[in-house]
Amino acid sequence: MKKVLTDDATLVRNYIQGDENSLAVLIARHKQRIYSFIYSKVYDRDVAEDVFQDTFIKVINTLKRGRYNEEGKFLPWVMRIAHNLVIDHFRRNNRMPKFDNDGEFSIFSVLSDSSLNAEKQMCKDQVESDVRRLIEELPADQKEVLHMRVYQEMSFKEISERTGVSINTALGRMRYALINLRKVIEKHNIVLTN
Amino acid sequence: MAKTYSQPTPGKKANNMNPKLETIQFLLSYSKALSVIPYKSMKFEALLN
Repeated sequence: MKKVLTDDATLVRNYIQGDENSLAVLIARHKQRIYSFIYSKVYDRDVAEDVFQDTFIKVINTLKRGRYNEEGKFLPWVMRIAHNLVIDHFRRNNRMPKFDNDGEFSIFSVLSDSSLNAEKQMCKDQVESDVRRLIEELPADQKEVLHMRVYQEMSFKEISERTGVSINTALGRMRYALINLRKVIEKHNIVLTN
Repeated sequence: MAKTYSQPTPGKKANNMNPKLETIQFLLSYSKALSVIPYKSMKFEALLN
């Protein structure tokens, strides 16, 4: 029996509608071309794996967020993402030369970095930006108190003087702001963790 | 003097390469775990393990 090949546009549409299998088909169909293209630029298997993975993470995020514009050009679009990520890789490496740790002495055993790593920093930024967007949805009086308390670190006494309401009212607005935020977060199963 | 090339160029070797199976598996699992939750005009990403 002749096997009928589903075209990329149909697979993309099916994937956006929730058919995870379509993504597996798309990757299987194009992986060799995309990976070879990346490898031909970076000449390093590990880097090529990383760039390939980042490329498809971008593809998945864009498709799931409904931001993809289907013009029958799935492969050129993915290749462009891969190309941009390869450029990013070289830019990053020029700015931060690689330290080859071949000898017995490891510089990293004496240096420590207490700041967040790139992944944790990205998670933190994402959570903070999500929270900010949620705060924007609060009623104006609650939003005002929450802003002053959390972002401007004002005391409730200062808040009451600034807004012209009693301390108890300011406390109440803060309480309702937090309750409302929790409600939205629970209702929509939004995950806000680092 | 004519240049002789005894080794194939690296670019030609790169035509037949595939990513590791683990990378593909990771991407498929990532896709399954990722859900985008629309709320009003906003969209939130959630990774469910």
